Amino acid sequence: MTQAELRLCSLLLQEHFGEIVEKVGNSLLRTGPRPLRLLVGDTGLLPDQVKKALCVLIQHNLVRYEVQPRGSVEYEARSERILRILRYPRYIYTAKTLYGDPGELLVEELLLHGHLSMSCAVARVADRLTETMEDGKTMDYSEVSSTFVRLADTHFIQRCPMVPESPWNAKAPPPPAPALAIAEKDMYIVPRLSLVGKGKRRHSCDEEEEGEHKAKKQKQEGGTSETPPDDGIYWQVNLERFHQHFRDQALVSAVASRMDQTSSEVVRTMLRMSEVTTASGASHTQPLSSNEIFRSLPAGYNIGKQVLDQYLALLADDPLEFVGKSGDSGGGTYTVSILWASRVPPSPFQHPSLMPLLLHRFGSRCARIFRLLLRKKHLEQKQVEDFAMIPAKEAKDMLYRMLSENLVSLQEIPKTPDHAPSRTFYLYTVNVMAAARMLLHRCYKSVANLMERRQHETRENKRLLEKSQRVEAILASMQATGAEAAQLHEVEEMITGPERQQLETLKRNVNKIDASENRVDETIFVLESFIESTMKRP
Amino acid sequence: MAGRGRGRGRGQMTFNVEAVGIGKGDALPPPTLQPSPLFPALERRAAPLPGGEEGEYMLALKQELRRAMRGLPYFVKPGAPRRDIERYSDKYQLSSPVDSAIDWNPDWRRLPRELKIRVRRLRKGRTPPLIPKQHVALDKEETIKKLESLEKKEEEVTSEEEEEKEEEEEGKEEEEEEYDEEEHEEETDYVLSYFDNGESFGPDSDDNGDEAVY
Repeated sequence: MTQAELRLCSLLLQEHFGEIVEKVGNSLLRTGPRPLRLLVGDTGLLPDQVKKALCVLIQHNLVRYEVQPRGSVEYEARSERILRILRYPRYIYTAKTLYGDPGELLVEELLLHGHLSMSCAVARVADRLTETMEDGKTMDYSEVSSTFVRLADTHFIQRCPMVPESPWNAKAPPPPAPALAIAEKDMYIVPRLSLVGKGKRRHSCDEEEEGEHKAKKQKQEGGTSETPPDDGIYWQVNLERFHQHFRDQALVSAVASRMDQTSSEVVRTMLRMSEVTTASGASHTQPLSSNEIFRSLPAGYNIGKQVLDQYLALLADDPLEFVGKSGDSGGGTYTVSILWASRVPPSPFQHPSLMPLLLHRFGSRCARIFRLLLRKKHLEQKQVEDFAMIPAKEAKDMLYRMLSENLVSLQEIPKTPDHAPSRTFYLYTVNVMAAARMLLHRCYKSVANLMERRQHETRENKRLLEKSQRVEAILASMQATGAEAAQLHEVEEMITGPERQQLETLKRNVNKIDASENRVDETIFVLESFIESTMKRP
Repeated sequence: MAGRGRGRGRGQMTFNVEAVGIGKGDALPPPTLQPSPLFPALERRAAPLPGGEEGEYMLALKQELRRAMRGLPYFVKPGAPRRDIERYSDKYQLSSPVDSAIDWNPDWRRLPRELKIRVRRLRKGRTPPLIPKQHVALDKEETIKKLESLEKKEEEVTSEEEEEKEEEEEGKEEEEEEYDEEEHEEETDYVLSYFDNGESFGPDSDDNGDEAVY
């Protein structure tokens, strides 16, 4: 865990869960797995606060626990999962594009609450959808639950590990913590529920009551206090599947940019067919025969069978090896190679979000040299100048700058045993893994910096923001009670012109910073999946 | 021997200075007397952010998520600070969530047992604390007095609960209670601890049992 990752994790925890959870998470991340007592001692918080924070973290799958042989329970933070919080908007947007509004809201609820049972999730989403519909209409549970089932079938959501059903053993004391487990095959099975109902619209009169008798209402909300039929079965979002989807998208767009739209459609069809059959770490999809592909092509693309075969042959022959031919049965079977690392030349730097990184930091000529080095692996100084067609002085300068940033490295090849500098070859090369890791570290740092800057901006203008919120509240209440235009105007005047300017600037800056964070997160995804796949390769 | 040659010409170094590129007689750049600037000048501007519907939607989603998460019970707020003086209005204000309570109901079966926080309910069986203002009047009949003291104890218990909500330290509270009991005892003829209404039996556990005592 690098310092940059630690800093980013603690910023994310603080922003989304508050100071107390941040302190607990921080302590766990820095010092590794520990039991509760040590955690309380480390953080200096009250035991109850620490317990509360741990419950929150476990609920959201950010911390896991393990029963040690000596009986104590140790808690361990999952740093990679904490970093995923950055990507939540992307997951929700993807769900929206694939499954529409119910899908979007389902994924959002699951992400916000960590894990939920099906009945609970469906009820919440139906209520939210009803709020946005016109008066008099309500959203039926059946539509939402059918979307839920579709999400589960395509593996976008999965079941959480379950509490083991051990017989009640009165003699032996129950273990200090349950050992949760789930079989692979059970993970996507939706329980047979008949969820009947409609979304409820929250009436305005209910809102006043809610504040006072909150606890009481919570109890009553679950209907009567009977257990719902799917008690104990909780669902969570399957982040790996979303990552697989992003990777497929990147592949398809790469094919589209290299060849044409139709070939990208072919690849997309192949990927869609093997969505659920591909194991998460596989380097190739299952072989698909061209007959199957022909049948599964989307309706709009009526290309002939021969044309499809030609496209497949073209894709298979391409040096970038997007598609490989694996056999001849059924008109030829093809697989899509999905591992980043199995591609020549190494792919992450071909990705559209990474090349501009270099471009804008160093200039287009540096980027040219870099691409050259990626292609040719090892080059001498003179050769670099020749191939890149850049004058010697500039080339030297650029190479040294990239060298100082550790993007390229030098390889010495001595001619004589005494390694004399005048008699050694110095070759420039790009060590892809090291460069990728270095860039990833930089990305984490930049996101952390962006977040801090955004928080700083918000803090600086806190007074102004509060004032504007109050004015808005006053305006809203006045409008509700039907005030005149002149009075409304007076209230609006409370925020002066320059203050309005300031608010505008603040809003623009915060938006810009947020958009940048999203963008950097895309880069982080590409780099992380590259590194992960290269490490996994046997 | 040692030290000979020092000071003659420019500083001598262990490696061949010419190989690095500093020729004979070249002027070295002047020594830097300040730390490097905080924000080095940007040579090139960054690329514009991709706009478009997708970017805007994700931006809105991100801000919406942030705002929503602050309102959820998972956002653990630190407890309300201790007031220096007890005010009358405290009884009527919405007290912040009790530190030791959890606002949502996790499935306790899935969590380790030690994490379970037991909310302090109305402790009817506990020895009554002192609210200095509420003195039990001394010149009443026996039975009425007993009834009154019972009533007052109930009130004291509820206001004790509210007091508990404001106080964050258990130890201090217990200390206060003991002191209060003594003071209270002095004022009445009846030793209140003799009264036991049988409700101390039950889920009146002390959380400190699970943790080691140092």
